[in-house]
Amino acid sequence: MQKSLSIDPGKCTGCLQCELACSYDNEGVFNPSKSRIKVFNFHDEGRFVPYTCTQCDEAWCMHACPVDAISVDMATGAKIVSDELCVGCKVCTIACPFGTVNYNQSTGKVIKCDLCGGEPECATACPTDAITYIDADWTGLDKMRSWAAKTDAGVQAEA
Amino acid sequence: MAWARQILRVDLSKGECRQEPLNMEWAMKYLGQRGLATKYLVEEIDPKVDPLSPKNKMIMTTGPLTGTCASTAGRYSVVTKGALTGAIACSNSGGFFGNEMKNAGYDMIIFEGKANKPVYLLIENDKAELIDASEFWGKSVWDTEEGIKSKHGDPLIRVASIGVSGEKGVKFACIVNDMHRAAGRSGVGTVMGSKNLKAVAIRGTKGVNVENYSKFMEASNAGKEVLAGNAVTGEGLPAMGTQVLMNVINETGALPTRNHRDIQFEGANNISAEAMAEPRESDGKPNLVTKAACFGCTIACGRISTVDRTHYTVVDRPEYQIASGGLEYEAAWALGAATGVDDLDALTFANFICNEQGFDPISFGATVGAAMDLYEEGHITDKETGGIELKFGNAKALTDLTELTGRGEGFGAEIGLGSKLLCEKYGQPELAMQVKGQEFPAYDSRGIQGMGLTYATSNRGACHLRSYTVASEVLGIPEKTDPLVTDGKAGLVKAFQDATAVYDSAGLCLFTSFAWSLDDVAPQIDAACEGDWSTENLLEVGERVWNLERQFNLAAGFTGKDDNLPKRLLKDAAKAGPAEGLTCGLDKMLPEYYEVRGWTEGGVPSNNTLERLAL
Repeated sequence: MQKSLSIDPGKCTGCLQCELACSYDNEGVFNPSKSRIKVFNFHDEGRFVPYTCTQCDEAWCMHACPVDAISVDMATGAKIVSDELCVGCKVCTIACPFGTVNYNQSTGKVIKCDLCGGEPECATACPTDAITYIDADWTGLDKMRSWAAKTDAGVQAEA
Repeated sequence: MAWARQILRVDLSKGECRQEPLNMEWAMKYLGQRGLATKYLVEEIDPKVDPLSPKNKMIMTTGPLTGTCASTAGRYSVVTKGALTGAIACSNSGGFFGNEMKNAGYDMIIFEGKANKPVYLLIENDKAELIDASEFWGKSVWDTEEGIKSKHGDPLIRVASIGVSGEKGVKFACIVNDMHRAAGRSGVGTVMGSKNLKAVAIRGTKGVNVENYSKFMEASNAGKEVLAGNAVTGEGLPAMGTQVLMNVINETGALPTRNHRDIQFEGANNISAEAMAEPRESDGKPNLVTKAACFGCTIACGRISTVDRTHYTVVDRPEYQIASGGLEYEAAWALGAATGVDDLDALTFANFICNEQGFDPISFGATVGAAMDLYEEGHITDKETGGIELKFGNAKALTDLTELTGRGEGFGAEIGLGSKLLCEKYGQPELAMQVKGQEFPAYDSRGIQGMGLTYATSNRGACHLRSYTVASEVLGIPEKTDPLVTDGKAGLVKAFQDATAVYDSAGLCLFTSFAWSLDDVAPQIDAACEGDWSTENLLEVGERVWNLERQFNLAAGFTGKDDNLPKRLLKDAAKAGPAEGLTCGLDKMLPEYYEVRGWTEGGVPSNNTLERLAL
């Protein structure tokens, strides 16, 4: 079963534990500025929204890369950047419609979410289950369940 | 590891910034943040210095855990000689600024001297420069934070700044970061204003490391599990915020009301967490929009609120019809019960203004309460207040004074003196509900006796965050003690004071201590830092820090006589509730406290004590 990251902004408190976990796993240091996942604070609305790569099937970044540095991890479906091949041309950062591939000036390569090889640290670290790693075919299951629970079986009978 | 091992020293008089190594010998004795910065301050300034003179210094400081993934580890403190108190000041703030400072590579920023014109400090890792702040002087915290981000084209900069109140010398001005998190008490923002320093803006990308990663992850994960499973940190605080306390403390009979005339507030429920969750008539939405966490915090006690759009305070002012920092318990108490106002929207608006213009809602609300007492007793009149009818319960008077104090104008400038100077000015010093110049927070020491000793002996003036014996006396943490008796409180207060100094020196939020003991903290510090950080060693650090602060205050001119409470709490018995008929028995607790501290009868640390603590 392939899994996807599923993000529920309604549960996010903006604590950045996901960014801490991501940066440590990838950089060996707690450093939110190098995190592949970012939490956005829409202050005036009182909303926090975590955002990262959704691992498009026909990934713009992968198709745009002129040196084939981005490939598919067959186990997870993640699009992975090879540091050996990446030349830091940044074309992928332009190609990505969502902005989730970014250049890292301290290495001269691009960085993006690689699903940590199938155990995403951000989901493990999230204290409120705003980020979960679930069945890729059923990311809508919880939402469907909550709407289903609100469906009143009696309405039609009474009408 | 854990420490960045580097200080930034900023000479505002000369306009120079330079890096220097952190004194690691001191770090091993004082850990970090509150403890270590106090050591630097004690070594570097004359304790008798005028807090507002250029010879006072101001230190922004992180702890060794700040910036790691330990829960709540994003704190920083501001250590200086307090403008409100003339005592040692250490004000702790959450938000995201502390982490950014650590990521830029600094354990501390030491500000000395005074800039000859308004400036702000901009830091990008190793690059630090003082920049002309004339375009931001006269602006609010909110406009300054937005303005600096926009001027430098970098939305990821974190800013800590003062508002107009801090520029104008309001004695209880704060330093506010991330729009609504504050180093709130003792007038640390007033000191910053006196130095012509408007803001500190930081972008840090270096990262923070720990000594032993696998041990640290094990210890910090265990700590997070304890927090999640605890009734206070896992349920009460996330669900209701600190406001979970409003009805609890009112029922305990310890909610100071109308300048401590009463001990229970009939309007408490209207300004409680329960009221914040209640849908309102105008738009069907509650005051509370969402909960919010500071950096790395797995508790998330922060509240984000809106004022009812039809409320008189915001109906014509769309700029305040936004979601922003909502009421915490202390602010709701000071702006509400202390003034007798039970209008939730008026309080939420007043809280917005406190954040926007950077002043402490506790000292402000309590001082308004004192002014209302002066007014009702006839010591001040409409002539002094500029026509504001300063009666208890008048919401409009409260919100008008909030805006005036934020701008340091009119009678707001007099409120900005704080209750001690205000009441002295009008010949009624006993109406000021304060210790060492700092106003009481939200617990009446007649109904919670241990808090009387806590306030009287707190090194930064009256404060609940130096030994929160409410945890034991009301909530039963770590074990239940009777709030109405004085027996055993001396030892309890000392134990809380010493442990608290450890949390404040580590980079952690004190709220974790509802669930954690130092046995939960020690493994996290020990794994992150070099050196041996057992519970025993940490407790000794806490006691050392407490005594160091005490020595500073004694050298500044305070004596045992200042470990006192206003007559109202010592002579006027509580009129109702469980504590009816009781006064605070400070005289029974204080001598025993000096004894358990190893201090003389006059409250001076004995030579033996100083030697034992290597001071």
